[in-house]
Amino acid sequence: MAKKDLLPLLFITLAIAIFPVLAGGSEYFISLLVFLGINGITAMGLSLLMGYAGQISLGHAAFYGIGAYASGILTTKYSLHPLGAFFIGIFLSAFIAFLVGKPTLRLKGHYMAVATLGFGEILFIVFNELSPLTGGPSGLSGIPSLTIFGHPVEGAKYLYLVWGLVILLLLFSLNLINSRVGRALRAVHGSELAANAMGVDASRYKVQVFVLSAIYASMAGSLYAHFVTFISPSSFGLMFSILLLMMVVVGGTSTIWGSLLGAAVLTLLPEYLRAFEDFDVLAYGIILLVVLFVMPQGILQGVRRFFEGKG
Amino acid sequence: MAKKSFIVVLVVALLILGSFPQAFGAEKGPYSVGAVFSVTGGASFLGEPERNTVKMIEEWVNAAGGIKGHPLKVIVEDTKSDEGQAVLSVRKLLEKDKVIAIIGPSTTGESMAVVPIMEKEKTPLISCAAALSIVTPKDEEERILSAKTFEMPRKQNKWIFKSPQTDTSAVETIYDHMKKKGISRVAIITVTVGFGDFGRKELKRVAPVYGISIVADERYGPKDSDMTVQLTKIKGTNAQAVVNWSVGPPQVIITKNWKQLDMKIPLYQSHGFGSKRNIELAGGAAEGVLCPLGRLVVAEKIKADHPQKAVIMKYKTEYEKRFKTDVSTFGGHAWDALYMVIDALKGAGPHKAKIRDYLETKIRNWPGTGGIFNISPEDHTGLKKDAFEMIFVKNGDWAFAD
Amino acid sequence: MTFSSQLIQFFFTGLTLGSIYALVALGFTMIYNSTGIINLAQGEFVMLGGLIIVFCTMVLKIPLLMAFVLTVTVVTLVGALFERLAIHPLKNASVITLIIITLAGSILFRGLAMFLWGKDPYALPPFSGGKPWHFLGASLQLQIFWILAVTVVVVFGIAFFFNHTLVGKAMTACAFNPLAARLVGIDVRKMVLFSFALSATLGAIAGALITPITLMEYERGPLLTLKGFAAAVLGGLGSGAGSIVAGFIIGILESLGAGLISSGYKDAIALLVLLVILWVKPSGLFGSAEASELKKF
Repeated sequence: MAKKDLLPLLFITLAIAIFPVLAGGSEYFISLLVFLGINGITAMGLSLLMGYAGQISLGHAAFYGIGAYASGILTTKYSLHPLGAFFIGIFLSAFIAFLVGKPTLRLKGHYMAVATLGFGEILFIVFNELSPLTGGPSGLSGIPSLTIFGHPVEGAKYLYLVWGLVILLLLFSLNLINSRVGRALRAVHGSELAANAMGVDASRYKVQVFVLSAIYASMAGSLYAHFVTFISPSSFGLMFSILLLMMVVVGGTSTIWGSLLGAAVLTLLPEYLRAFEDFDVLAYGIILLVVLFVMPQGILQGVRRFFEGKG
Repeated sequence: MAKKSFIVVLVVALLILGSFPQAFGAEKGPYSVGAVFSVTGGASFLGEPERNTVKMIEEWVNAAGGIKGHPLKVIVEDTKSDEGQAVLSVRKLLEKDKVIAIIGPSTTGESMAVVPIMEKEKTPLISCAAALSIVTPKDEEERILSAKTFEMPRKQNKWIFKSPQTDTSAVETIYDHMKKKGISRVAIITVTVGFGDFGRKELKRVAPVYGISIVADERYGPKDSDMTVQLTKIKGTNAQAVVNWSVGPPQVIITKNWKQLDMKIPLYQSHGFGSKRNIELAGGAAEGVLCPLGRLVVAEKIKADHPQKAVIMKYKTEYEKRFKTDVSTFGGHAWDALYMVIDALKGAGPHKAKIRDYLETKIRNWPGTGGIFNISPEDHTGLKKDAFEMIFVKNGDWAFAD
Repeated sequence: MTFSSQLIQFFFTGLTLGSIYALVALGFTMIYNSTGIINLAQGEFVMLGGLIIVFCTMVLKIPLLMAFVLTVTVVTLVGALFERLAIHPLKNASVITLIIITLAGSILFRGLAMFLWGKDPYALPPFSGGKPWHFLGASLQLQIFWILAVTVVVVFGIAFFFNHTLVGKAMTACAFNPLAARLVGIDVRKMVLFSFALSATLGAIAGALITPITLMEYERGPLLTLKGFAAAVLGGLGSGAGSIVAGFIIGILESLGAGLISSGYKDAIALLVLLVILWVKPSGLFGSAEASELKKF
């Protein structure tokens, strides 16, 4: 992790620590930040895949769903401890990502996009059809809260749990980017041919990042399931995959921080658009197009350029 | 690079702080009731009429001087048909607006997500979604689902009620009619989303009670444009009737496909079919289609001395006059829910626990748009199959089936 | 109903679905050929075609043929406008950005449709009245034949256009090598505009044809986009003929899958086939492996 990232990291840690006090114990704001953190985790994983390795995934909601359903099913139907279910979800996601990733990541650009799209859709159908296990379209209810040493984690404690993980993963990701692996990834992004010529096994690295991003998504999914206590396939469909993609793009694909920013914007934006009601779909599309036009490399780069232009 | 990361944190902080004013706009109104509807998103056909209805009622109540002098304030939040948003909306209503009770959400999924919160915060919720699981604790639900004989639950969630009829009642009405007609072999075709899935489960669970056997079980997606394949398969069985369970365009497409395939067996639709628009869109193919409907849809045809007549006529005429569109049964659920809360406020005052008790014990022989309610500790819905009439389409209009 | 009649029924349903997917796929291929962009708003052109023709015939009371022409013209203009405003200014952006832009475009179109027409579905009377045609136990709506007939005409028209007209040949040249095309004096920018407009035309035709059977509402787009895209890739992105054939293959596979295997999993069947093709032979059935290597994406 580079020195330059240390300060903002500390700042976030501090901010989250005092947030519940700032918010006056408001469950509403705590919930909002929890959702933000959860989306941030998935976005970070996707950012590693898209921004650094230069690959695309239009089906990431599937891994999010696998984590959520693993946690949901194992803790309700099989009374497994949430932590156990959490890790099984990770394992399952990683395994499926590996199986799917190997043939898919050989493909280029749009082909990969379609393949991941198709994969995401297939998983959505599976969630819907395996009724006895997943509850089908009617969903799975009564998912228990996470417990640590017997104590349920709720409210502000859940906020700390989620953001604790966010910060941990942020540290991990930043370290990864600045390590030999990270440089190899960026080499692959720049040119696979060149990377291969330099002895970097491009396809191996690509699959590894894909699996890693799936693990991030799975963790986020599990956290989501225990927070909302009810999940149904509609939360894990194409729309969510697209939302995730947009978080990374809008925030800026070139940095991990960008993905967090994108997650923040796209999680908090609907709260602003509450006033627009029927027009919010329209407003959403317009805002996205405007961002893409004015700051095609994401908000982060756009603001940075703005500040640097002044100085 | 440090600057870049700082910018991130700054922007995020600004965004979060920026949402504060939004939330702190709450005034200290007298009687505040929250409403959580899917005004936009996939379930907006539920949420929009619900929102319109509560706004209309709010105006009337305040124009007549409020509830014992206190103005009524109905705060509507849009969940965009998303469970996460439903959770956020409910929290906002409870914390910022300090509502006494909440009406909605519009869908089962969203309702399930907010039930634990309402129970924890000890605030009454009247959901506008139909599933039994909303008002029934999970262990009780599992007990009746795995019971040897058909049963309805006897324990209900303390703070949770719902105004729509349970889908089970619609299924029972259909099966009653089939039994009368001597039909015992039925094919079912349902949509793979919540409403359809629940209908499918109930159709299968209730069938044995009526000696009916399900000979085909087909499904389709909510955005599918053609169901001739599934209906063709059904045509190849010895089914004596086919039941479709869905809302929205698929109902019409199935009706047209049924006609196109020249199927000789009767088509029963769910109570989601209750809109004249569906008959129009089917372009004549709907003749003879049967469905159970709440009396609101056929308000004009109900006898003048029926206890529901006044309510449904008033709602229908006022809604259609004001919003220039057909009244919908979904909006009716919001009507029933809000008026129950209003009655509770009149009778018990602005105390959450007292309102809850009132709802559980005083809503008896209560005529609403959905039926005549009889809420009890064992039944937080209050409606049974007599809330429905068996209707069929005749000459492009509704008629009572015999 | 005998099994063979069922099969015939499934087959014709498959053909109906197939022609819509084929038209959408053709639209994808055309845009991809001249720009390398995948237009994820393709399904929305179909949706607009359906809704606008309903508006013309039911509200403005314009006779069917004229309404058809008017609808197609309007949607073509929409496609051209979309290219000018959203694609052209950003043509140097990355693959991902371009994909997102067309996604944003599709959201915008849906928002607009919802604003103009609400969320209700709309119906159109079939182009020719009359009872379904019974054939060996299967029952086929006459509209199916309209769809097939128009699709065939469109396919021949497109083939003729690309092979025998100057503009068409110019577009094909751009597909092979934009630099060389520019060197021989072809205005590549105009070709891009053209391809978007033409794709919108195809989408609109599909929309107008299918509405009498399936109704149309503002959210129909995304599923059609997905399946049409699958067909385009199956046929080999870049091969017009491939798109058409693949569209029909997917339509029939879906129909047979629903009929013979499981109606719940039918979409998964078509998608699984797509994934297998991508993994085994990404250039599709009719694309050549070398040609797809040469392409930018």
